[in-house]
Amino acid sequence: MERRACLEAIYGDLQDVAVVTIMGAVAAELQAIGHRPNFFYLQHAMGLASSLGLGVALAQPSRPVVVLDGDGSLLMNLGGLTTLARYRPRNLVHVVFDNESLLSVGGFPTATSTGSDLAAIAKAAGVPRTVTVHSIPDFVTAFREARAAGDLTTIVAKVDAIGPKAFVTDLALLENRYQFARYLQDRPPL
Amino acid sequence: MPVSERSSAVIFTSLKDAGVRIMSALPETWLVHLIRMAEEDPDVNLVRLAKEEEGVGISMGAHLAGVRSAMLMQNHGFLASVNGIVSGAQLYRIPLLMLVSARGEFGERDPWQTEGGGVTVPVLDALRIPTRRVDDVTSVPRAIAESMTLAYSASRPVALLLGRSLMWEEA
Repeated sequence: MERRACLEAIYGDLQDVAVVTIMGAVAAELQAIGHRPNFFYLQHAMGLASSLGLGVALAQPSRPVVVLDGDGSLLMNLGGLTTLARYRPRNLVHVVFDNESLLSVGGFPTATSTGSDLAAIAKAAGVPRTVTVHSIPDFVTAFREARAAGDLTTIVAKVDAIGPKAFVTDLALLENRYQFARYLQDRPPL
Repeated sequence: MPVSERSSAVIFTSLKDAGVRIMSALPETWLVHLIRMAEEDPDVNLVRLAKEEEGVGISMGAHLAGVRSAMLMQNHGFLASVNGIVSGAQLYRIPLLMLVSARGEFGERDPWQTEGGGVTVPVLDALRIPTRRVDDVTSVPRAIAESMTLAYSASRPVALLLGRSLMWEEA
């Protein structure tokens, strides 16, 4: 399963939600599919995308929030899963693209390549809904069920360790930041 | 435990007056009253962290969503948060109010706090974080109001160092 195909499959579902992504392939691929003002790409501060999503979710409890995380990033902030579970934002869906690799720095294998199970870790941390998926239809089903369930969900999507050739895009970091803040502050949740 | 309840109450009220609605914190002896006050106040959302750097992410998200927040932490928690501060809050120009208990300075009895006490201010300086030290409770309301004002006008992290004479009631 390719991550980009996963993103394309849920792209239509990402219209009226706040989307927070990690840096690297996820950010570059989502921008290549088509940037929207409700997408924020955390282009560094590895590990903090899920914490940033929690901050948005707590500040605007009626706004749906989707965090697009990765195995390398989440492994840097496993403690954050316990905080996420503790405050259980029901408006947050946490997607983890697990390619078992730190792809953007040359493909070094992460601990998920030797058996660490991020969905099991999330479940043990107290996340009420967790699932691991291996196919596009299963991913789309899991994503839509999570949105419909209205509860904190971690979806681990096992994807191939392939990505775009380049990671720098023509969207400036601060342009993205102010655009996203305006979206959140000027557009009340549906 | 001689942590100053009075200073804690003034700090807490000043944070609320500055519009703070989300406080993220990791327990530390000097902050126990402050954290309890945040927990008990229905107008404040207290987020108890596993590690302080998470608080940078939470404050970034809250700010982008239009809500004011503050981080309450020990100086060792600040040291543990440095990458998030630099490659998150500074890179993205986020107003971030950090209240940092200045452990490990003159009067410190815990040996394990002393290394951090010696490097906190140099690290804050190296990161170009505007820092103000508060040792006297009467200067707290103005210090917090002005810190929040600068954080927003500069769109940057700002630190208030909470000194021993403010937080601890014995020499």
